[in-house]
Amino acid sequence: MDSAFLSIDHVSVRHSNSTVESLCDVSFDVAAGEVIGVLGSSGSGKTTLLRAISGLQSVSTGNVVLDGVDITKTPTHLRGIGLMFQEHALFPHLDVADNVSFGLRMAKMPKPDRSERVAEVLELVGLAGFGSRDIASLSGGERQRVALARTIAPSPLLLLLDEPMGSLDRVLRDRLVSELGDLINRLVLTVVYVTHDRSEAFELADRIAVLDRGKLVQLDTPEILDAQPATAHVAQLLGHR
Amino acid sequence: MVGALPLMDAAFESRGGTHRSSVWRLLAATPPLAFLGVFFVWPVFAILLRGLRPNGVWNLAAFSDVFSDPAMRRVLWFTLWESIASTVLCVIVALPAAAMFARLRFRGKRLLWSALLVPFVLPTVVVAVSMLGVIGGGGLTGVNLNGTVWAILIAHVFFNYAVVVRTVGATWSTIDPRLEESARILGAAPWRVFADITWPLIRSSVAAAASIVFLFSFTSFGIVLILGGLSHRTLEVEIYDQTAKFLHLDIAAVLAIVQLVVVVAILIWFGRSQRRRSVLVNQRSASETEQSAVTSSQRWLIRSNLLFMTVLFGIPLGLLVVRSFSTPSGWGFGFYQALTDSRGGSTSFVPPIDAVGNSLLFALMATVVALALGLCAAWAIVGNGSDVSNSRFSRWTDTALMIPLGTSAVTVGFGFLIVFDEPPLNLRSSLWLIPIAHAIVALPFVVRLLVPGLRSIDPRLREAASILGASPRRVWWTIDVPIVGRALAAAAGFAFAVSLGEFGATAFLARPDRPTMPIAIYRALGRPGDYNFGQAMAMSTILMVLTIVVITVIDRFRPAGVSEF
Repeated sequence: MDSAFLSIDHVSVRHSNSTVESLCDVSFDVAAGEVIGVLGSSGSGKTTLLRAISGLQSVSTGNVVLDGVDITKTPTHLRGIGLMFQEHALFPHLDVADNVSFGLRMAKMPKPDRSERVAEVLELVGLAGFGSRDIASLSGGERQRVALARTIAPSPLLLLLDEPMGSLDRVLRDRLVSELGDLINRLVLTVVYVTHDRSEAFELADRIAVLDRGKLVQLDTPEILDAQPATAHVAQLLGHR
Repeated sequence: MVGALPLMDAAFESRGGTHRSSVWRLLAATPPLAFLGVFFVWPVFAILLRGLRPNGVWNLAAFSDVFSDPAMRRVLWFTLWESIASTVLCVIVALPAAAMFARLRFRGKRLLWSALLVPFVLPTVVVAVSMLGVIGGGGLTGVNLNGTVWAILIAHVFFNYAVVVRTVGATWSTIDPRLEESARILGAAPWRVFADITWPLIRSSVAAAASIVFLFSFTSFGIVLILGGLSHRTLEVEIYDQTAKFLHLDIAAVLAIVQLVVVVAILIWFGRSQRRRSVLVNQRSASETEQSAVTSSQRWLIRSNLLFMTVLFGIPLGLLVVRSFSTPSGWGFGFYQALTDSRGGSTSFVPPIDAVGNSLLFALMATVVALALGLCAAWAIVGNGSDVSNSRFSRWTDTALMIPLGTSAVTVGFGFLIVFDEPPLNLRSSLWLIPIAHAIVALPFVVRLLVPGLRSIDPRLREAASILGASPRRVWWTIDVPIVGRALAAAAGFAFAVSLGEFGATAFLARPDRPTMPIAIYRALGRPGDYNFGQAMAMSTILMVLTIVVITVIDRFRPAGVSEF
């Protein structure tokens, strides 16, 4: 497919130690502006997939092509990808503004432009005026927003989200999921969104990929997935009986 | 230990009233604080008087004499820059190992982590002798660094490597690797990740470790005395020489005061930097943050660290043992047999092997004293864990008991010499003089090991036990003893090891006919010829083996995990 923005081409990740989940010959394409949800139970290789795309995990075989460039061997910091962890991983020694501007600083953006962009992004996630706040003083939802702001501030080509709502309670999660959906639409972001939560995937994703023990078992729109689950495991993940 | 029993019992009977509890805590704090007052504060006070008020009149002339003497200024200057150089060098070579222990999983990791404690507790004299074997000219390498500042720096790195690796490594291992990964994804090159993320998060632990290394290097005695030759002398060595060789007690007192001022300043700075220690959000347990080495640079990190440790520790200590068996007439126990030889130059000469018995006896006495006092002190500091009203009292007691840690052993020895040599307390001929000095040196370590042990007892455990029908005594026996017992065993082992290797204070106090092992080694080094050097190596090997045995025993009682000390 020539129109693919991100192309995962026969990617495998194998480990000598068993604590890291592996990937087995996974291939799929993502179009620009598309949101792909990745569903799977724990140990299915969801997180490894994101680590392989971002370069935190080197792949054993296969290629990752982003925007026409083979980035399989490109070091993580040169890939121009954004990744948001479940635990948010905010830098505890920096305040909110310095966290958000970190990527801009690495990109050598001049200081005045940087503070302008930080204000803009904080506004976008609903945290205008939070710049000088200490990370430790933030609530769970606020941390999640700061992490999102930090990830989108450098305008990454591709946004990877690893269970971004994982540590939040149900009410907050529902609100933030719809906010995130609006934001993705507004900024026309290309997103790979990992979750174990069916409703999140269905609400946000254009297509959903289901991983089972390192293998890609189905990749379809939510409607098709719901109507024709490929395996019993997929049906079980979707809550069918 | 037995003496502390009723105290512990009383603690639980008084749980009802805070007032009664604080009375008991005050009582518990009395013996260690009184001991500290008599055997530490008084001698130090005597040194101060000696220096500031030489002939019963307040007079600072001795200070201006010392500071205007070029030789003394050289000593001061050398002490200062040698400690800074040792600290910087030690931090630089130890950081890669801290990174390795914090981030990578490899075979034998836990064993190596424990084994690192061995060089830290090895007697200074043993380390000095083993260094002489490698870089003292002749020998395997033919390199002669004896008498150069390099010999001193290398020996200081040998000692303090574990301090930096373990202190920094323990902090580093709790930092979530996702912070570093996030920085990489946001476009930071590997060195930027270290500079902008990792370093700010480990900085306070590096500062803590560095100030300890500085303190140890600043007050280094045995190493400099043996390896420094005539041209490299620290304050400690100068204090010793002025006292023991030239009998200039006033000059020695002035030097001791100067040293005391620097040490106290460092300790205050250390306390401040520890209070600022940043609280890490999102801390991880060490087992979550480590990964197996996959990339070639990770494997290279492990290999180069292991190679460095082998060269730094393995070669000197291995060579020491090998050479102690390599007599002029071939391999054998010649040097060891010579230790039992009673022929000697003077009437006070005793067979060196006697020193083994002396050392073991003194170490036993020192351990009993340090443990009894340490237990009282630890209990006074912790209380029953429920009332916070006395936190100022416990912090104060805690700080007071830490002071000897920073003070040099030579100061203790020198102070004992001028105070307990005459009435009202003449201990000059008492067998207890050396064990008491050792107990003063060991007490801070003992308290440090016991306090976390006592604190780790969840009050709810005791409550649960008493609800289930256990009497206070039974609660103590079934809950406290098994938990504190481990800490107690570790503290006893540490006190024993400290006493076995203590050299600075003992050098002032040991009587000719009752040398300890480090003293016997130093005496053998002072006599010329391969025969005497061989004896020094044989004795050092015995002392090293004893120390390693004690440390191994401690380690079996230590709770698992990547703890600092």
